[in-house]
Amino acid sequence: MRVVIAEDLALLRDGLIRLLEAHDFEVVEAVDNGPSLLRALTTHRPDVAVVDVRLPPTFTDEGLRAAIEARAQLPGLPVLVLSQYVEQLYARELLADRSGGVGYLLKDRVFNVGQFIDAVRQVAAGGTAMDPEVVAQLLTRRSAADEPITTLTPRERDVLGLMAEGRSNAAIAARLFITEKAVSKHTNSIFTRLALPPSEDDNRRVLAVLAYLNG
Amino acid sequence: MLKDFVNRIRLLLWAGAALGLAIVCTVVFLLTVLGFPLVVVWVGIPLLFAMIVTLRPIANVHRRYAGALIGREVGSPYLRPTGGNLLLRLRGLLVDPATWRDLAWLAVNGTVGLVLCIVGIVEGILDLIFWWLPPGMMVRVHAYLACALLAPNERTSLAQRVQQLTESRAETVDTSAAELRRIERDLHDGAQARLVALGMSLGLAEEQLARDPDSARALLAEARETSSAALAELRDLVRGIHPPVLADRGLVGAVRALCLAAPIPIEVTDDLRGRLPAPVESAAYFALAEAVTNVIKHSGATAASVRIEHREGLLRLQVSDDGAGGADESRGTGLRGIGRRLSAFDGGLDVTSPAGGPTVVTMTLPCTA
Repeated sequence: MRVVIAEDLALLRDGLIRLLEAHDFEVVEAVDNGPSLLRALTTHRPDVAVVDVRLPPTFTDEGLRAAIEARAQLPGLPVLVLSQYVEQLYARELLADRSGGVGYLLKDRVFNVGQFIDAVRQVAAGGTAMDPEVVAQLLTRRSAADEPITTLTPRERDVLGLMAEGRSNAAIAARLFITEKAVSKHTNSIFTRLALPPSEDDNRRVLAVLAYLNG
Repeated sequence: MLKDFVNRIRLLLWAGAALGLAIVCTVVFLLTVLGFPLVVVWVGIPLLFAMIVTLRPIANVHRRYAGALIGREVGSPYLRPTGGNLLLRLRGLLVDPATWRDLAWLAVNGTVGLVLCIVGIVEGILDLIFWWLPPGMMVRVHAYLACALLAPNERTSLAQRVQQLTESRAETVDTSAAELRRIERDLHDGAQARLVALGMSLGLAEEQLARDPDSARALLAEARETSSAALAELRDLVRGIHPPVLADRGLVGAVRALCLAAPIPIEVTDDLRGRLPAPVESAAYFALAEAVTNVIKHSGATAASVRIEHREGLLRLQVSDDGAGGADESRGTGLRGIGRRLSAFDGGLDVTSPAGGPTVVTMTLPCTA
């Protein structure tokens, strides 16, 4: 699997390269600033990009902007954004084109190598991987009563939250101590309640997560 | 016709009241003059103090009535009183230029003013009889005289301004010192302590790697968790100093991000073009964050809105909610904190919060850029 990495701190960049190469990813280019990221993404068209939000020259949200710009040119280009902090605002912006293949994680999630590699694969496959902290922020929110998201049962909300984190049905089943069959019953019920038209399962999952983030 | 008659009666009554006050003024003036030499034998100190303190409400009554008569508001020129013992407080009163202007007016009002009032009463009675004459000439002259001597002038305004700046500067220094202490403590008890624990876990793991790989693995896992916790603490600390999203997106973006995380829907609207200067941006963000926290914690509101406007060199921030109301600026530490934060920038805070709501908190910050 071909990867582009964008990270301005050499120490972290080398760490990411080592980590990904150890798990059979091919790092086609590692860049350290926003403009070269955009160029690298559009020329290499990698299977997935791992991008730091804060990059030179502005040291603000350069990486995020470059990723969104690249996805505007190459719809559905899978991008996993890493950051020292997470903001729901940025998660929404990343998901706004509704085409999936988006991840948004705290940098510390890299420490748990297994889970991080799963997240990269999930994003490359067109799924979503939202940081548990983004999901936790959503749980404190009280939605306006007329939104379809409020019709979900607490259990369905749990399932949707884990879906947003990018977990498979098997992983959700293990986490909630229920059978995989029960999980797919819940997900189908979620799709119906959110009035998502039948399509590929992956795309519906993305739309459900999006509805969740906007709820 | 009736209204005109009532007006004439009112002018006559005011002339009478003013005459009474003018007599009081004469007495106060004489006692004040007497007080200065008596300072030598101490009796003068309480006497002077009492006279100046009595004088202020009388002057304030004239400010209000004279202002109303000639149709302009006459502000209060006094400095905030200083604390301490009687001598210090008297000193505070005597260095206030407004006190000396009050004394000058006292002298004039006790003499010329007294005559004006007597003539005014006579005129008032005549006005009731000769109803076609324009009423209250003398009362008006008296009012102009009071305004000329009692309204704040450049000197008293400057003195007030200096006092206000001195106070806000002292508060700013205090607040930033306290803030630095808090950051130092947070780092010391949080991230720093965790890094020490991390080092210890790694050291132990290194030692046990050959002898007991299982416990070494457990120690490494522990080290990983500790580093995550240290990062989480540093993240919170950084958010409190300068939220990264504020650096990335400016005031509006950061406030939007803040409101997205709120448990109730909060609408954010603005008319900003481009970024504000960094210090203003930061002050405005923290003031708004505090106000929004207040809404969430105390108001019981189901919805709120934030409005950010920048017009004619003034940044206006308004937070409204549909909650229970009854917010009191003098009681809540949150609102007081906002006021303190804004005063360092010469900003202002205005709270309208009738019981039953709605509450509207308006904050202003001068911002010329």
